[in-house]
Amino acid sequence: MTRLQKPFLAPAALLMLATLAIPLAIVGAYSLLTRGAYGGVEQPWTFESYSRLIDPLYGAIFVRSFWIAAVATALCLVLGFPLALFIARSGSRKNLYLSLVILPFWTSFLIRTYAWMFLLRDTGLINTILQALGIIHHPLPMLYNDGAVILGLVYGYLPFTVLPLYATLERLDATLLEAAADLGASPITALLRVTLPLSMPGIRAGAILVFVPCLGTYLTSDLLGGSKTILIGNLVQNQFTTSRDWPFGAAVSLVLMAVAMALLFSVRRHGEELI
Amino acid sequence: MTETILELRNLSKHFAAQRAVTDISLSVPRGSFFSLLGPSGCGKTTTLRTIAGFETPTAGEIWLNGQRIERLPPYLRRVNTVFQSYALFPHLSVRGNVEFGLRRQKASGVEERVGRVLDQVRLAGKEARMPHELSGGERQRVALARSLVLAPDVLLLDEPLSALDPQLRKQVRAELKDLQRRVGVTFLFVTHDQEEALSLSDQMAVMNRGAIEQCGTPREVYLRPRTRFVASFLGAMNWIDGVGVRPEATHISRQPPPGNHARRGTVARVTFLGPHTHLEVRLEGGEAVIVQVAPAQAASADNSFHPGESAYVWWSFADELRFESSGAPENAS
Repeated sequence: MTRLQKPFLAPAALLMLATLAIPLAIVGAYSLLTRGAYGGVEQPWTFESYSRLIDPLYGAIFVRSFWIAAVATALCLVLGFPLALFIARSGSRKNLYLSLVILPFWTSFLIRTYAWMFLLRDTGLINTILQALGIIHHPLPMLYNDGAVILGLVYGYLPFTVLPLYATLERLDATLLEAAADLGASPITALLRVTLPLSMPGIRAGAILVFVPCLGTYLTSDLLGGSKTILIGNLVQNQFTTSRDWPFGAAVSLVLMAVAMALLFSVRRHGEELI
Repeated sequence: MTETILELRNLSKHFAAQRAVTDISLSVPRGSFFSLLGPSGCGKTTTLRTIAGFETPTAGEIWLNGQRIERLPPYLRRVNTVFQSYALFPHLSVRGNVEFGLRRQKASGVEERVGRVLDQVRLAGKEARMPHELSGGERQRVALARSLVLAPDVLLLDEPLSALDPQLRKQVRAELKDLQRRVGVTFLFVTHDQEEALSLSDQMAVMNRGAIEQCGTPREVYLRPRTRFVASFLGAMNWIDGVGVRPEATHISRQPPPGNHARRGTVARVTFLGPHTHLEVRLEGGEAVIVQVAPAQAASADNSFHPGESAYVWWSFADELRFESSGAPENAS
């Protein structure tokens, strides 16, 4: 790094310090204190919040959160890969399709999630239409279950897999596919043996970009999952609101972060580049 | 070598913006080294890609080993391509690249066939290397091995030497010819380099603007070019009074030579090129002519010329090449 670059890096470095390192230190400190009667924290210092986490109840919530995040990530990749491939191969219309992928970001995630509630609930659009057409007689239970949460997550995070996958696929040397065909590979075989392995960097990046936020989600599970679906995000949120147990909420979020980072590094070690 | 393995019949390929190939026909003899030579944009690569199956011809037929193939997808054609960029699969080792085609065929004896072909291209022991760990010459040999292992009816090579540095190119050129003789596979070789085409080919076709100007052995094409384009593109050519004379058939002297065509001129430049020397002479009619002389001749007192001297440029009638404004030559000397 040259001396000239340092002054330009300073604002970003300060911002990172102020918004990441300092709050993290505060969360760390809170997790080691005792809960206050009306929220907040007070002395003495203790590891009690961490030891409470051993309860199998919380383990189940962790497992469930990882499971839902994993399913949502897998679905995003399965749906996102063909879409990214299609966009990467659509020549001059690439930019149009890319902006369509990003278009939902122009509306708040909260509003879009409410829109799904409107579609999925018992008196919602889909059930109303299906009943009016006589296809079903009782509303389908589409809302307030794990399926609805996964649907909401896939819907919300699909662009985060499409974009890195597109970036990888767009750079893929088309001559390699010609070479595959030349050596006797049908289009399907070329896809599986050449395109797919060469898009691993994009797959990895897309998976991380979806898995990590899905793991910590609370809005989607709160709105679409109802009271039945408690995920880590909701657990943390509850500690800071209704339960008024700030140290425990801080401990849960730190453990979540540690686990997510461990995962991230393990993925990173296998593949050299992330994004 | 009279049997034809590959035949193009009235093949045309037109793109929206360009007529890349127009109505070309040619026959490639089995087991031969056949070159398509021409300047960039002459349609030689499009022709190759049409044979490989990456382009569908606008009109015409392609016959390979008695079968009409121009509508078959590339993966069903018994031809293989060595790409200009080699297009090795970067995620596969040398072995993985060479095995790729055999695995698609579900062939038996893969191990043995891969071993044999890697021996042939002198890559034994490098099976586990990844493409990025190889030198340019090694990559080219992997590309060759990957195609040759499938024993194609015709191997298509798209300027396979152009990515190599010039010193390596000549060596690889000689190896390529040896390899072709050893394996006996028909090579269809695309190049813009006349020296490559002349030195490697059993037969060659010179292309220009999407059409074939001339087909024949290198000797025929060089010594008896059918068109002005072929005459100029292959080697250098002096144009004097509408006839062509090669620099090596053009002579220079102080006195007018008896019984030959001769023109007076002034030496404009003397360029020493090692194995020979080029004298650039400006004739009285205004044409610039190159005279190629051997170093010993250039150094002798009689024939040592300096810029500004006047001299006679002459040539024998038998070395003249005459052409109509386009098409076939007037005299078949």
